[in-house]
Amino acid sequence: MAVFHKTKNLTSKPFHYCPGCTHGIVHRLVAEAIEELGVSEKTIGVAPVGCSVFAYDYFNFDMAEAAHGRAPAMATGIKRVHPDCLVFCYQGDGDLASIGTAETVHAACRGENITIIFINNGIYGMTGGQMAPTTIMGQKATTCPDGRSGINGYPIKICEMLATQEGTYYAERVSTHNVKQVLNAKRAIKKALKNQIDKKGFSIVEVLTNCPTNWHMSPRDSLKYIEEKVIPYYPLGVFKDKDAEVKNA
Amino acid sequence: MARQLIKGNEAIAEAAVRSGCRYYFGYPITPQSEIPEYMSARLPEVGGTFIQAESEISAINMVYGAAAAGGRAMTSSSSPGISLKQEGISYIAASDVPCVIVNVMRAGPGLGGIQPSQGDYFQAVKGGGHGDYKLIVYAPSSVQEAADYTYKAFDVADKYRMPVMILCDGLLGQMMEGVELPPMRDLSQLPQKDWALRGWDGSGERRIINSLRIQPDELERYIDELYRKYDTIKQNETQVEEYLCDDAEIIFASYGIVARICKSAILKLRKMGIKAGLIRPITLFPFPEETFKKHAARDNVKKFVAVELSKGQMVEDVRLAVDGKKPVGFYGRTGGNVMNEDDLASFIAGGK
Repeated sequence: MAVFHKTKNLTSKPFHYCPGCTHGIVHRLVAEAIEELGVSEKTIGVAPVGCSVFAYDYFNFDMAEAAHGRAPAMATGIKRVHPDCLVFCYQGDGDLASIGTAETVHAACRGENITIIFINNGIYGMTGGQMAPTTIMGQKATTCPDGRSGINGYPIKICEMLATQEGTYYAERVSTHNVKQVLNAKRAIKKALKNQIDKKGFSIVEVLTNCPTNWHMSPRDSLKYIEEKVIPYYPLGVFKDKDAEVKNA
Repeated sequence: MARQLIKGNEAIAEAAVRSGCRYYFGYPITPQSEIPEYMSARLPEVGGTFIQAESEISAINMVYGAAAAGGRAMTSSSSPGISLKQEGISYIAASDVPCVIVNVMRAGPGLGGIQPSQGDYFQAVKGGGHGDYKLIVYAPSSVQEAADYTYKAFDVADKYRMPVMILCDGLLGQMMEGVELPPMRDLSQLPQKDWALRGWDGSGERRIINSLRIQPDELERYIDELYRKYDTIKQNETQVEEYLCDDAEIIFASYGIVARICKSAILKLRKMGIKAGLIRPITLFPFPEETFKKHAARDNVKKFVAVELSKGQMVEDVRLAVDGKKPVGFYGRTGGNVMNEDDLASFIAGGK
């Protein structure tokens, strides 16, 4: 008996992601979680603009490809037509935390019953390594060649910000820098999706990922960078969970 | 059916609901705010969804999502807000998704003014957003037509799987007229949308709503296909009104509210012995070129005069259609000002 099988929620198309990038891992976690929840046939995904722009080729669901930053608005429209479908957005940091900040914040404030998987690797990968809204202080990018400093402004903390909003049901930050964290990410992603099935409202999981290519590091060093440099600025954990608030009340 | 006295904006909103629109996403802007106000109260009555979006950009992308999921969806705005929607409109056009967009034009450019204008003709007809695409554009001339063409717009959008725009102006949006509203549609009778997102059960092909075609040949093939569709639309959907054109020597060209002012001027001019007529494009795309060509070829036609609430936008299409066969003059007002029939009559009588 097989103890492991590839989820049917991923197509057989090979990922285009760079060697060592953890996008592929997160794709698998999302696909597996949806299979385990038993709602594959009722799922609609919304892909972003950025490295995961071809996500519709990999996720074996009905898929939409949104304009840059607009995935939460598009997902809102889809969800309102099909309230019984599971609608998720898969978005990078430039997409979600820069050009689409308004769409993100207001989807949360509406308590929109959708799930967002937010990939934070602190860089614009697809366009060649420009500074992202989440590039950490001191980190080099092609548009802050000497490293991010005060003149570039400060990196945005999405989970912390959304946690202050009444409409947000669940916001957690997880990481992919080691196996234990990957398993933890899977738990959080599954919870965020389950929240939607239970009609609880807006859930977001921010996943810290790497970019060996544009960070100019080996895959191993890039994972170490997440642990040593990124997490101190972007701490892991639950920033808001109305389940816990109910329990504690 | 009974006639009702209602505002243009409300007629558009109610006609949309009756045509099966159950998803409306909008943002307040003068002079169209009655549309979202009306929809916020009306859509819940019929089990529909109204969302006041955080921006025009979000509103059009909510339309994109709802329409991609198979709903009849609409947004409305006025000129500056329509500029913000252009990104989404280009994506919707490039994804073969049907929807309806209403522009109740006000004076631009920039923040401009809140009085009526026709300054968005180029934006509506020539693309507006990036890339090669078209919208079907209806230009109603009365509150009745605003209702009728909004009703029709959803069917035409579905038929060709593309965005359709209702282009009217602040005057039409704000004025009240007697209207006979079209009947409420039975949603179960609307055509099925096999292409729409709904969750894939593994049978047949899964559905992907997408405007990305990264291979140049694939994108070119797609654009060629789009333009073949637009050729079909030119054949099937062109609508135009000819008013007292048969013996006319001077032919006005105008659309929307301005066409009604032209009609008053024509009656005045005819009393003065000047044989004037009007060609009123009802569809701005497709543009009724053949009607202009037909009259341009007539010996007794002396000239055409385009009349617009702009510095002259549609006049360029009139010139293209007339193709140098006859002179094409222009009369326009901007800033939110509206000409009257005396202005036009003396412009023509003065030999301009």
